[in-house]
Amino acid sequence: MRRHLLSAADLSRDDATLVLDTAEEMRTLADRPIKKLPALRGRTVVNLFFEDSTRTRISFEAAAKRLSADVINFAAGGSSVSKGESLKDTALTLQAMGADAIVVRHHSSGAAHRLAAAEWTRGSIVNAGDGTHEHPTQALLDAFTMRRHLGDLAGRRVTIVGDVLHSRVARSNALLLTTLGAEVTLVGPPTLLPFGVAGWPVETSYDLDAAIVKSDAVMMLRVQRERMNAAFFPSAREYSRRYGLDARRMGLLPEHTLVLHPGPMNRGMEISADVADSARSVIVEQVSNGVAVRMAVLYLLLSGVTVPAGISIDASSEAGGAA
Amino acid sequence: MDAAYPSARVVLDERDVARALTRISHEILERNRGAADLVLLGIPTRGVPLAARLAARIVQVEGTAVPYGSLDATMYRDDLRLRPARALEHTDIPHAGVDGRTVVLVDDVLFSGRTIRAALDALSDLGRPRAVRLAVLVDRGHRELPIRADFVGKNLPTSLSEEVRVSVAEIDGCDEVLITPGSSDSSAVRSAL
Repeated sequence: MRRHLLSAADLSRDDATLVLDTAEEMRTLADRPIKKLPALRGRTVVNLFFEDSTRTRISFEAAAKRLSADVINFAAGGSSVSKGESLKDTALTLQAMGADAIVVRHHSSGAAHRLAAAEWTRGSIVNAGDGTHEHPTQALLDAFTMRRHLGDLAGRRVTIVGDVLHSRVARSNALLLTTLGAEVTLVGPPTLLPFGVAGWPVETSYDLDAAIVKSDAVMMLRVQRERMNAAFFPSAREYSRRYGLDARRMGLLPEHTLVLHPGPMNRGMEISADVADSARSVIVEQVSNGVAVRMAVLYLLLSGVTVPAGISIDASSEAGGAA
Repeated sequence: MDAAYPSARVVLDERDVARALTRISHEILERNRGAADLVLLGIPTRGVPLAARLAARIVQVEGTAVPYGSLDATMYRDDLRLRPARALEHTDIPHAGVDGRTVVLVDDVLFSGRTIRAALDALSDLGRPRAVRLAVLVDRGHRELPIRADFVGKNLPTSLSEEVRVSVAEIDGCDEVLITPGSSDSSAVRSAL
């Protein structure tokens, strides 16, 4: 593993598989009487959230605490950021407090990359969502959830539907799922597919009914009204009819097809309530898998040797049958 | 002999390993006065098939099935911060759990004792066994912690520069225990473990 997790594209197939396998072990912790592991004792994880989030922040917090790390939550609303402090000064403050990892969510695309590349801090940077760019741990937990139900994702068809333009989840998923060998199709109105999507390793379509009948998993994206400063579609009702997943469309899906949603859902818009609550929907499971996946990411980034950037340490070979 | 280790010496062959495991299974039963409330937990990777084999032998002798599983102690190791992040091994605790039972930890080689220390910590997070025992195929000495084995297949006096390699059929295709002279380099690694 690298020192940071900034983009789903940073992960090779082996890296991604290691994270998913590790998460599989972490998941069993939820069934134990003591839901705690000592691996990150004495490490400090800072949740640096410049943008509202419930599930991602809580998920990272639970993950770090279950690994015995100390967690500091930093929400930009109640901090010096509202007095005009820059990202750099905030980072230097966290460094001075001895943060071993900074989990950052920011409204600007590239903020996590900036934090990592500028070397203001010595710790690991984990991107928890930057603008409309990437959200790699969400992609990992989606892949993890799909893998639990479908097995190996190589050759599986995943359809990602809706507001791809504003979705960091879609980009990270497209990159990661392709790395894992799945075939990804993006479906949405032309106005909500990003510029340059032809260069992504995916297929695109404007016709949801045609795309979902051959899907192994359908991921519905939230229509991100707060990021929409123009009329991307005529009306909510028309969007819902053409790109929403309702009971009729669910009837078209093959028997084994999963329905995912990264949350928060607009019920009645991109997904109808009866579909969201149906037996095929793994939306609640995605949330609980999120903790296991984030534990795996924090464990793999933080548990090993701490070395200054640029110095690598050889993995000493584990000779059989010792210790 | 393993072609990869031309100077290796076989100290236990397939039949020696089989005899040692049979004897250990009898000793476990004798010490426990039967198979009641026993749980065998192998420490990955090679402790796991050894635990399964001990469980099979106990069934043959006593006629009662003994639950067995695996216990990975990676997250409890004291050298986590000294080495690159390690992949986790599988932990599989039998459904009945460990509370109030006699747990026998099974590993291939007992060396510094640090793995067993970590396993004891991992076990205490899973419940409260009535007693914990330790069974190993080979005890090669050089303990760094006050830990000893209750059941030993073979005591093997070694020098620190030597390496003990255990092969089990389930993983390596054959049962044997080898001693290789090792390099000074690998003994540095060993003592760090």
